[in-house]
Amino acid sequence: MAATMDAEHASPGATPLVEMDGIRLAFGGVHAVDGVSLTLHAGEVLGLLGHNGAGKSTLIKILSGAYRMDSGTIRINGEAVKIESPRDSRRYNIETIYQTLALADNLDATANLFLGRELVTPLGLMNDAKMEAETRKIMARLNPNFKRLSEPVSALSGGQRQSVAIARAVYFNAKILIMDEPTAALGVHETQMVAELIEELKKQGLGIILISHDTREMMELCDRVAVMKNGQLVGTERVEDVTEDDILSMIILGKNPRAAV
Amino acid sequence: MTDTAAPAGATPKAKKSLFKALEIDTRLLGMIGAFVVLCLVFNVVTDGRFLTPRNIFNLTIQTVSVAIMATGMVFVIVTRNIDLSVGSLLAACSAVMAMTQTWLLPDVLGLGLGHPIIWLVAIVVGLVVGTAIGAFQGFLVGYLSIPAFIVTLGGLLVWRNVAWYLTAGQTIGPLDATFMKFGGINGTLGTDASWAVAAVAAVAAVAVIFMARRSKLAHGFPVKPLWAEGLLALVAAGAIVGFIAILNAYDVPIGRLRRIFEARGQEIPEGFSMGYGLPVSVLVLIAIAVAMTVIARRTRLGRYIFATGGNPDAAELSGINTRLLTVKVFAIMGALCALSAVVASARLANHSNDIGTLDELRVIAAAVIGGTALSGGIGTIYGAILGALIMQSLQSGMAMVGVDAPLQNIVVGSVLVLAVLIDIQYRKRTGGK
Repeated sequence: MAATMDAEHASPGATPLVEMDGIRLAFGGVHAVDGVSLTLHAGEVLGLLGHNGAGKSTLIKILSGAYRMDSGTIRINGEAVKIESPRDSRRYNIETIYQTLALADNLDATANLFLGRELVTPLGLMNDAKMEAETRKIMARLNPNFKRLSEPVSALSGGQRQSVAIARAVYFNAKILIMDEPTAALGVHETQMVAELIEELKKQGLGIILISHDTREMMELCDRVAVMKNGQLVGTERVEDVTEDDILSMIILGKNPRAAV
Repeated sequence: MTDTAAPAGATPKAKKSLFKALEIDTRLLGMIGAFVVLCLVFNVVTDGRFLTPRNIFNLTIQTVSVAIMATGMVFVIVTRNIDLSVGSLLAACSAVMAMTQTWLLPDVLGLGLGHPIIWLVAIVVGLVVGTAIGAFQGFLVGYLSIPAFIVTLGGLLVWRNVAWYLTAGQTIGPLDATFMKFGGINGTLGTDASWAVAAVAAVAAVAVIFMARRSKLAHGFPVKPLWAEGLLALVAAGAIVGFIAILNAYDVPIGRLRRIFEARGQEIPEGFSMGYGLPVSVLVLIAIAVAMTVIARRTRLGRYIFATGGNPDAAELSGINTRLLTVKVFAIMGALCALSAVVASARLANHSNDIGTLDELRVIAAAVIGGTALSGGIGTIYGAILGALIMQSLQSGMAMVGVDAPLQNIVVGSVLVLAVLIDIQYRKRTGGK
């Protein structure tokens, strides 16, 4: 059913990478996410827009296992899955870059990159040398200026911390990448690097969900944008079908101008 | 090299680069410095009685019980919790072990007093009880979300009185003879075995330093200059051998020797003397320190403990089961309380109701003086042990000098607050947390 609904967005016959259907989650009496349905295809960037408190972060935290939904279904590659913890989500190759970055400030870049997935020696002890070497490899690709592998990440700049969080999401062969405000703390140059990375990952066939407040950036980076307001989905549109003003009015008024026509 | 040119400016700079080459934790260096100054001052004030083999031996065995628990308290505090019940937990374990070895095994199970297996069974029973109580408290904290402060404040009252109830308030003793060898002066290795331990430990220390270097080189990481590594290895080996030499230099008093020989029905040879050597309790502490350091630095458990302390949300989002982790941390604390109870009750030769009273404060103070941050995520095992040693030195040094008891406690309390103040300032300056 969901497949036919979204047939216009998909390459014909392809099963969506992720289908979220009728997702609901309430905190006390507040409906943080109220019956939202979304699809994400491989090689696609889906933008998620809305005011603060619209439910974007809650929705993606359901997909990344930080929250458990009250009702709804999630299908990955057409198969219904249960995501009840961050561990589950990682098992389906879903990686998340949180807005807060979710780094342990007292640990170094290597420890953060492998947190929860440490490489161990046959004796069960941590293989620090191997992990550090791997970290150096991936950081050389993502942020060649990054040299401070063994300092606590609290000592790093905002951009460097961001690249640690991105490295962690990219290193483990993610198929689905969720990025919550990945450029909020970054300068112009670093933002450009993230944009290039998104393009590259997209070419590799990842499905990416991107959250941002910067409508123009979203129009450039995304294939489709979904707008949320008060926990509900206002609409999902291909970026070439809408103008920035259309998107803004969806965000502010909570109405889809194209649907009204 | 250019000392003559700029003597004032060159020295601090040279010193700085020396420390940099050695990559020594400056905080550790500061603590060792403070400890050395403390010892020297007491030695001067007591006319050289403080730094004698005898007093150093006594200091060491007095420190063991608190130091063992302090290593566990590091994990507890690093995960942003606290354990106020360790003194009471120690008493509960002590009571159960005392009853096991003086009543349950010899009378109820009919093994008879002095059976060779009694000491071992007693310790195992103590460990099981300590671990179970610790895990239970950890469950209350981790899964039922009761603050650790409250759970262990309750535990402080509950477990000591469980011990009281079980023993009907009686002092239980004397304990099993083998068991009492864990107490300190009653169980030492003697000089020969102590030298052997020193040799093994020194070789192991040097091997660890150079194996780490080789592993770093193999992966192409920067290493310290070879001379710096060699100097570190030399200092470590020297410290180990020196420490054992001091313990070996403390001779068993002649009266005690005579009794030992009389017990064997022999005459004491003319001019015979014997050093105590390394106490078994200190060996236990060293083993625990090594094990806990390995857990902290080289295992996932340790990594998760520090990650959770640094950022609990991040740990959870990384798939770490922080609730179960809390149970594990408190279970380890409980097991260490049991081992501490072995040492403490063996030292006293019996179990009494007030065993371990106020130990919770000493243990927390040792961990905090040793650099464990109450805000979580930061702390070292060796720091906590050094902290325990500093506290004990302060206490017994003042007792030797003849400082009044109330003044002793006033000083110890003030030192605790001062140490934390210095630590906060140090971390601000170095930009750490």
